Amino acid sequence: MATASVEVVYRGIFQRHLAQRVVRGIVLAARKEGKIGISFGRYSDSPERNGIPAKQFAVVADTEEELQAYISKYEPTNNDVTVVVDDTLAKGLESWAWYGLQPINKLTQAGGTVLFTTMQSAGELITHIHQKDQPYNLAIVKGTTHFSGLWVYKDDHTDVRVLGAIAKVAPHVVSLKSIEQAIREEWADELKAASARKSYERVTSTPVPAGKGNAETPFAFEMPKWQDMEIGLVIPAIPVKEEVEGWEGGFRPGRNPTFKKFTTRTMRPVVDFDVCTKCTICWLQCPDSCFDVTPDGFYDANMEACCGCGVCEAVCPVEHCITMVNEQAFTDNKSQWETWKADEAGYKQWVGKTIANLPERSHGFRFVGQYQQELAAAKEA
Amino acid sequence: MTAQTLTAQREQEALISGCEAIAHACRLADVDVITAYPIRPYDTVMQAVAKMIANGELDAEYIVAEGEHSQFEVVKHASATGARVFTGSSGVGWFFAMEAIVVTAGLRLPVVAMVGNRALDDPGAFGVEHNDALAVRDLGWMLPWIETAQEALDTALIAWKVAENPRVFLPCGLGMDGAILTHSQAIVKIPTKDQVDRFLPKYDRGRLRLHPDNPVTIAPQVNEDWLMEIRRQTDQGMRNAREVIQDAYREFHQIFGRQGGNPFVEEYMTEDADVLLVGQGTLAMPAKVTVRKLRQQGKKVGFVRLKWLRPFPTEEIQQVLGRAKAVGVIDRDYSFGSPSYGGVLFNDIRSAMYPVKSHPHMQCFICGLGGREVTIDSVTEMSEILLKTAQTGRVDQETYWIGIRG
Repeated sequence: MATASVEVVYRGIFQRHLAQRVVRGIVLAARKEGKIGISFGRYSDSPERNGIPAKQFAVVADTEEELQAYISKYEPTNNDVTVVVDDTLAKGLESWAWYGLQPINKLTQAGGTVLFTTMQSAGELITHIHQKDQPYNLAIVKGTTHFSGLWVYKDDHTDVRVLGAIAKVAPHVVSLKSIEQAIREEWADELKAASARKSYERVTSTPVPAGKGNAETPFAFEMPKWQDMEIGLVIPAIPVKEEVEGWEGGFRPGRNPTFKKFTTRTMRPVVDFDVCTKCTICWLQCPDSCFDVTPDGFYDANMEACCGCGVCEAVCPVEHCITMVNEQAFTDNKSQWETWKADEAGYKQWVGKTIANLPERSHGFRFVGQYQQELAAAKEA
Repeated sequence: MTAQTLTAQREQEALISGCEAIAHACRLADVDVITAYPIRPYDTVMQAVAKMIANGELDAEYIVAEGEHSQFEVVKHASATGARVFTGSSGVGWFFAMEAIVVTAGLRLPVVAMVGNRALDDPGAFGVEHNDALAVRDLGWMLPWIETAQEALDTALIAWKVAENPRVFLPCGLGMDGAILTHSQAIVKIPTKDQVDRFLPKYDRGRLRLHPDNPVTIAPQVNEDWLMEIRRQTDQGMRNAREVIQDAYREFHQIFGRQGGNPFVEEYMTEDADVLLVGQGTLAMPAKVTVRKLRQQGKKVGFVRLKWLRPFPTEEIQQVLGRAKAVGVIDRDYSFGSPSYGGVLFNDIRSAMYPVKSHPHMQCFICGLGGREVTIDSVTEMSEILLKTAQTGRVDQETYWIGIRG
């Protein structure tokens, strides 16, 4: 008599079908073992927004009575496995419903597994993942991030590789044999069954002791009581300008104190202030008003407001002045301008190092033929 | 109405319909925005108001919308900007506007609307039934039901005062029986502008006002983390309305000398009554006549008129009806398939009586649908049924259709 649940954390729209295939695969495979299950998405994530973190779940149980406890849930809170299909989500997630920043391992049960699809190592990931009071395991299915769209699906076998890996790290949820059976029935594809098997063999898992990882206190806010909320569905406007001490001549737009865009980003702009001509174009074009105008007239991308869209890089007329870099290259959200002011030479060196490896800066679709190139590179490796 | 009356320094009398009485209330309250779309029996009010504006007696934005939905949308938004508004409709017109009507309460906008009660189609019919206005019973609209043209004028003024109180900020639908009240003319005392100005303060939306000088967002999308708190706020507004209504009537009585007594229920010969009839709107008139007649025959019958259905006067109803042996609720409405196949009012009132220890026997009389007369004979028949129930201590039948062929 038991139940088990798996959550899949993914980027809205781009990874929706992937997440859905994984949770459906778990339930269908568990059925082969006589279990009963449900798969569902976190309701607050729907309708999904491009790239905004979202979740889907699979719950399997020995009996219908046991399953009932989960049927009216929006979000199971004690998951055997947390699957993360984009490694930039190691920093945590906020759905568009803005619950505050939820550490990626928060709803993984003690002794459970957080399973990433990534090219990064466990050591690299753990610098981003928030500390947890209980020990858990960090498993890795090696691979580039699967991104597709709402109307297309890139069948790169990430779905079955995740399923195979789950059978390995949490055999009590579902066995490899059942996974293979389900794959054959659902997709009638022997190659996909083989991929699942290979992933089962190759997945690696590292124990993470309690208290290890990113020590940052995740951003949280208290939800007001009904007596304290404004009536009439009225929300006061955000002030045009935030007064910042010592910023005479500068300008920081007012921003929503609870709506932070930390985890919506997969990339962020790195600004080389030494080559910036203060032309204002990035500041004008940024759709989220994320640039602060510094007292000396530079434009500093504020990481509480930046969603990582890359418009600033596209419109900047100076070569290598603004460069989008993969979010995993950063461990904080500090002001770049302040870092530069404190140590110009050191900052210059850091910029050079950070933007050196441009093709790796983002994942997802960038050019036609990219997938074929990635496959070839993966084969060589 | 003559120009002399309009500029009068003291109260004047006029022979006007219920709809015209409401139009005078609009004029006296100096309403800013009025929207209109014709449907009987509400439409007399839009004609009366239009005349007043044309004659220069009222300065208001008067917008004839392309349908009831727009009609209610426009006043809703105008109200958000701090304008005092009035609109209205009847029957299926009210239903066509329902999407806008629903959000008005959620947004806490003090829209005052007249519902000229009319049967819902099909079949197409002009006569009174209460099911149109009753559709918003559970949605945050305050619902008084009006008996006379005088009460129409008075209640409209009270409605703005209550709805625009920041402790309430809820819309108010004035239930007005089609034809009997909307279209028949009676002597009405028309107060002076000065009196009304003393009673009715300016509408001040304060920090909720939608205006460039007070930038706010209204009506966001929310998820399950927020909605329950928002519903509870509306619930609190309705709870607060109880006290605010009481204060408003007290003040009204002081200034105008009318509308004393309990704001929520009118008791008619209830003192020692064995059986009580309860109803709302104009059927109070034949009910009162019947009660008088039966009293002459020594039958201890009384009548209770419910003046406000929302907020519902639970304590008053419990206290008054709790004294009787049998109570009959006259429903000028239907609620098909409801408990005991009774009317809307019946089931509300019966539920209010449940906690009363020795609650009376409760029976329902569906009557007067589609504008059919509630006759003296009908009310007599109801009374006889109740008297028998009181005497035997047994309910033979819970719901009766009275005045029906067959």
